[in-house]
Amino acid sequence: MNSRETILARVRRARTSSDAVIATRLREHPRGPLPNMSEDLLTRFRERAARLASDVQGPLSAEQVPTAVANYLRERSLPVRAVRWPSIGSFEWGTVGMSVEARAARADDMVGITGAFCAIAETGTLMLLSGADTPAATSLLPETHVALVPISRIVARMEDGWDLLRMEHGLPPRAVNFVSGPSRTADIEQTVTLGAHGPYRVCIVLVADAVTGIARPVVG
Amino acid sequence: MKLSSAQFKHTARKNLHDVRLQQALHRLQERFVGARAAALTDIDDLPRLRAAATEIRQHALTHLDVYLEQFERQVVASGGQVHWARDAAEVNRILLELAARYQVRKVAKSKSMVSEECGINEMLAANGIEVIETDLGEYILQLAREPPSHIVAPVVHKNKEDIADLFVRHHHRPRTTEIAELCREAREMLRPHFLSADMGISGANFLVAETGSALIVTNEGNGRLVTTLPRVHVAITGIEKVVPTLEDVSVLLRLLTRSATGQSITNYVSVLTGHKRASDLDGPEHFHVILVDNGRSQLLGTELEAMLRCIRCGACMNHCPVYQNIGGHAYGWVYPGPMGSVLTPNLVGLSEARDLPNASTFCGACAEVCPVSIPLPDLLRHLRVRQLEQGLRPRRERGSLRVWAWFAQHPRAYAWASRLAARLLRAVANRRGMIRRLPLAGGWTDGRDFPAPSGRTFRDLYARRTSS
Ligand code: SF4
Repeated sequence: MNSRETILARVRRARTSSDAVIATRLREHPRGPLPNMSEDLLTRFRERAARLASDVQGPLSAEQVPTAVANYLRERSLPVRAVRWPSIGSFEWGTVGMSVEARAARADDMVGITGAFCAIAETGTLMLLSGADTPAATSLLPETHVALVPISRIVARMEDGWDLLRMEHGLPPRAVNFVSGPSRTADIEQTVTLGAHGPYRVCIVLVADAVTGIARPVVG
Repeated sequence: MKLSSAQFKHTARKNLHDVRLQQALHRLQERFVGARAAALTDIDDLPRLRAAATEIRQHALTHLDVYLEQFERQVVASGGQVHWARDAAEVNRILLELAARYQVRKVAKSKSMVSEECGINEMLAANGIEVIETDLGEYILQLAREPPSHIVAPVVHKNKEDIADLFVRHHHRPRTTEIAELCREAREMLRPHFLSADMGISGANFLVAETGSALIVTNEGNGRLVTTLPRVHVAITGIEKVVPTLEDVSVLLRLLTRSATGQSITNYVSVLTGHKRASDLDGPEHFHVILVDNGRSQLLGTELEAMLRCIRCGACMNHCPVYQNIGGHAYGWVYPGPMGSVLTPNLVGLSEARDLPNASTFCGACAEVCPVSIPLPDLLRHLRVRQLEQGLRPRRERGSLRVWAWFAQHPRAYAWASRLAARLLRAVANRRGMIRRLPLAGGWTDGRDFPAPSGRTFRDLYARRTSS
């Protein structure tokens, strides 16, 4: 008997499983108790994201976005060269003096610009999906992560994110990453320090208009 | 990890007198206990959420075989592979095979307690493969060649001066005790390793049967790096970590992060499903999951099954008066605190860890804070019974229990003996009613005075009250 069979036999000896119960649970994936939220989604999202040390801007119209991003970077003396998700198309970065390349992120990129699949008001979290036009490392390798988030894609809770994922994609992509502010560690003396192995800062730009390519990978 | 639970008493005594460790433990208690309490006020109906979390974990255990098979099917469907390991030796054999298959020379690891159980770092190093721990705490421990002392904050026993000294010795840079600078230094030292590693090894906080995903919860981002950049990703985790659906994960996460560090959510929650898709620009080319039994299946269907619900939040140790005083190393293996006192004897053998079930005052704080309602004191009591049955307690202890049992079964003798004892104790007490030194109970009177009884027994009082 191989290890798989041995372990399963040991587990089964102690179990009495009912396939019907399990099939139902998997098919219906019932929700547990949900947190109440009294505020509207935008207010809640902004407030919670700020608590997690994300810098929240907007809501802005689409044409204000490049200026806002350039200002954010210049105010902090950060480079205005950036790598972006190839899915993000229609912004005039050149006119504000930024040079933005669409490709996978490299180790020496200082600024990464992404969209988000959706944003979660409950905790102020971004939900990012990996894909052909939305590589995972753009929100990870650079020291500054700028995320463009259409306000129409703010959902209440993580459960709403799962539903959206099932509806628009079926199965999950290789990586679903929930991002809640800049990376941090409290390993030394339980003192929270921002900027561990991932970004030192996360700038969330809320966008009022619907812009193709920021919220979900353009399938095609 | 080397097992040293047998030295529990010795290490515990040493640690009680270690001033720096005591300061560190005090800090841990202050931060984590307070942060958890504050974070839980955010939840409207805590008992309901806790009951839901408990039900999810228990349901998964009740149907573990079916969920594991479902999980495996989904992993295969997304292009990954599942390996089953009965014990640590098998985990190591599988890893070595994978390393050979993909010509791995360097491994970057994110924190995984199961991999500590299996001692994979030593094994890989012995086979000429470089292993880098990338969680800041685990990296510090790797430099110091020490085991973790907490499951969430592994390096809680060190202060920033210790770490500064360690970094000077290994990094040859100017010494700094600024915490932010130390973090930056570690980031700069580790970045090249993420980029050059051939294999990334992670644990998994949960496995999702519905989708075949491994879910990891991190703050530093190292977990994301080791599962994104290297060519091969291997997740190593226990068979009990499976849960049915993504919705179930959401319920558990709300309690896990609040109970562990007091965060409403950790910085990163990554749900990893299969390898890089054909058109993806990044991600590993190969995805493997190693499901580890290592003694877990023996707990199923026994009085100790509830232990397998554990989601490794660490709240039980943060709130334990024993852990708070002796620290994690005294427990002698991977898992310290109340959950370790239950798990270790089960995973390594009761005779190897005979002091652990007794390392509890039964105050019940652990059970009160556990997000999945594990009755830890009951489980410890159960292990004590087993120890006695297996003759694993010292002869003197068994002898005294036998004497006590005889008296307990003979009420007259019991009444007589307790009256005698109460009077005697009263007689030797000082004017404040305290006893300085008590023969046979030095363990108590070494550290504090023993309050003497009033001289009359309960039976005396009861007899007087009913007669009047
Ligand atoms: S036993 Fe409960 S409190 Fe302790 S680590 Fe496990 S889940 Fe957390």
